[in-house]
Amino acid sequence: MSTTQVPYQKKELPSSVSAFGAAATIAGAIIVALTFMLDHSRGLYNNIIGLSVMTSVAVGALFYVSLEYLAGAVWSTPFRRVLEFLSATVFVVVVLALPLFANLHEVFHWTHSEAVAKDALLQGKAPYLNIEFFTIRNVVFAVLWIAFYMVLTHFSRKQDATRDQKYTRINIRFSTAFMPVFALTTTFFAIDWIMSLEPHWFSTIFGVYYFSGTFLCALAVATFIIVSLNERGYLVAGLGKDHYYSLGTLLFVFTNFWAYIAFSQFMLIWYANVPEETFWFISRWKNGWEYVSLALIFTKFLVPYFVLLSQPSKMDARKLKFMGVWIFFAHIVDMYWLIMPSFSRTVMLGWQELGFPLLIVGLITLTFVFKAKRENLVPIGDPKLQRGIDFRI
Amino acid sequence: MNTPLLYSVTALFDTPDGIIHAAEAVRKAGYKRYDIHTPYPVHGMDDAMGLKDSKLGFITLGAGLMGGAGVFAFISWVFMAAYPNVIGGKPFFSWPAFVPVTFEITVLSAVLVTIGSLIAFFFKFPNNSHPLHDTPYMKAVSCDTFGISIQADDPKFDEAAVTALLTSLHPRTVAPVCYDEAELNHTWKTFDPKFLALLAGVALLVSAATYGTMNVVLYMPPFDWMMNQNKFKPQQTTEQYPDSRMMRPVVAGTVARGFTPYPYKGMADSAGKSLVNPLQPTAKVLALGKEKYLTFCSPCHGNFAKGDSRLRGQFPNPPTLHSDKVRTWPDGSVYHVITEGQNIMPSYASQISREERWAVVHYVRALQRAFNAKESDQQ
Ligand code: HEC
Repeated sequence: MSTTQVPYQKKELPSSVSAFGAAATIAGAIIVALTFMLDHSRGLYNNIIGLSVMTSVAVGALFYVSLEYLAGAVWSTPFRRVLEFLSATVFVVVVLALPLFANLHEVFHWTHSEAVAKDALLQGKAPYLNIEFFTIRNVVFAVLWIAFYMVLTHFSRKQDATRDQKYTRINIRFSTAFMPVFALTTTFFAIDWIMSLEPHWFSTIFGVYYFSGTFLCALAVATFIIVSLNERGYLVAGLGKDHYYSLGTLLFVFTNFWAYIAFSQFMLIWYANVPEETFWFISRWKNGWEYVSLALIFTKFLVPYFVLLSQPSKMDARKLKFMGVWIFFAHIVDMYWLIMPSFSRTVMLGWQELGFPLLIVGLITLTFVFKAKRENLVPIGDPKLQRGIDFRI
Repeated sequence: MNTPLLYSVTALFDTPDGIIHAAEAVRKAGYKRYDIHTPYPVHGMDDAMGLKDSKLGFITLGAGLMGGAGVFAFISWVFMAAYPNVIGGKPFFSWPAFVPVTFEITVLSAVLVTIGSLIAFFFKFPNNSHPLHDTPYMKAVSCDTFGISIQADDPKFDEAAVTALLTSLHPRTVAPVCYDEAELNHTWKTFDPKFLALLAGVALLVSAATYGTMNVVLYMPPFDWMMNQNKFKPQQTTEQYPDSRMMRPVVAGTVARGFTPYPYKGMADSAGKSLVNPLQPTAKVLALGKEKYLTFCSPCHGNFAKGDSRLRGQFPNPPTLHSDKVRTWPDGSVYHVITEGQNIMPSYASQISREERWAVVHYVRALQRAFNAKESDQQ
């Protein structure tokens, strides 16, 4: 065990970052408020898009934190804090869910008991899709996410001061517990908030579809932040191409994983050709939605695939930052594509759809700045830190 | 035994950084014929050695594209031209269904061709007695150390200078590697007749073994007992009968099951006298009679049997059934007309079953009664 200290000089983030965060939050909030005033339902559907993107960032980031502990990965240790800060947005998730809980009737067809009474399918699903159970389990999800966030980051912070290895061991245990929790909660989260918008439709692969996008989204945001911070020297010295390459590879891997899952979902439903399932894709292939579907394939698969395909581009800081922003945007397109067709038969895209993405970008930035003020940007007490800095592929 | 010849001077390093540094130094010193051996791929080595991009990637790409395009074209041909079948109501060209197979074959052909070309062009198989084999150097670099070997056939090679250069790089050890001239094959032996004969022999053996296993040892008679049944089909010919027809003509006088022949053919009088309506004019029977009457009789005789046909003169006007003649007819005569027809009125025996015919008779009677009601019916 080495006791050498990693030279880390904490630097304050420039005030322009918080100014940007505040501006985006305010602009987003104004648009959101206007949307709610002009078209309440449209606002709520956008709210679900916002909620699912925020969950992807928060819970996805927590997934990478626990994945690092579980896999014993060293290369990502120097910037694990970035992911911890990102997962602090789990509190924003709770806030974003509140307006929806107040208006469940307006978005969820299955909450109307008179509709359920006439509908054999909805009756069959009623033991799962009812307001009480829905509320209970989603509260449980939030509590679990917050609890794991608090525990994992608490021990990680403590290690900064004590440099005690035992905290790594404790966190490995909690990460082991978090993995199945992550898989189940995100699956049911996706079923509850997105799939149940069309309560007659079902796809057994839907949970995986959502969390494959979640991996991508959280990693994209993290990659953008990590590369930007590192370029300006906010992290420790010695991080470079090898770390970038690993980030780029992961982005590339999850891009392919998402495409694989998305195509599997499409092909199985297309092949079986059962009307109960195909209508969901058909409604996304007419009235203008077909352009959104094509745009999704383009933004979330083709562009990232070809940009990240070659080895040099996985190490290229400029391309990685670009891809970080791009894939985050693609995930918003994905959520829009999943959710909006349930609201409107014809394609619907306007300034109203900008509100929640702006708000989220603003809140992520503010949360990050808030955490970065109080904590080190690098887990200086982690025993794997030096090895992480020395990491070479 | 020949005298040992110098093959190369080698040096071992402990870290990947050390070997990259060494590779750069050796390249800068102008050596061309040298090689690096590491236990795992070291990133950045291509740059350090000044290697150009390997051509292998293009072979892989080409093979993958060709395999993918080929199999896609093949599946399309099978489903669109060779064996067009409607599957699940989908168009013949159902490309999403082709994607998984195309993907698999792309990967498969890329991998197989890559390995094949590695063996054939890059490893120069079967030249497998390389001088570095079976040396302490090779054992070290295939375990946990990183080695460099500068070959004696390099134009700049000078044993003392090379040793000095390598030593200056702080390696763990520096050592020369020697070989026996006789042990080494210089020629590229991929197309050596003996080697090819061996390949052919292996192919033959494997084919024979496969054939033997699948077609002899594990042979099972095909399940054709549904396709080949021991029976004759109606339109087949046979030698068994002089007329060579497999389908035998029925014996004269054969009666179908449950069928009773009509005994009053052409005997309207006896029919009228002998036949008695077996049905009671219940509501059910009358309803049946009405249904059949309206279907079969009303086009000619009119809805109320008044002879007001809907045929509008396209057919000789059928008579009313309210004539005194028909009203005084016994049921049997009406039944006989339906069964046999009368002059230009055709027989309805094949459309209307016996029971239904009797029900129609009841219905005709009811119509007649309705249009010629008696005083007593008022009560
Ligand atoms: C294709 C038209 C047509 C249909 C349908 C038809 N008939 Fe007639 N029917 C005639 C004609 C024409 C005559 C007169 C035949 C002749 O010249 O003797 C006739 C004669 C009769 C007679 C004898 C009347 C008489 O005065 O000699 C009876 C009874 C009768 N039909 C009953 C029926 C009944 C019951 C049906 C339904 C099953 C029926 N017909 C259906 C055309 C038809």
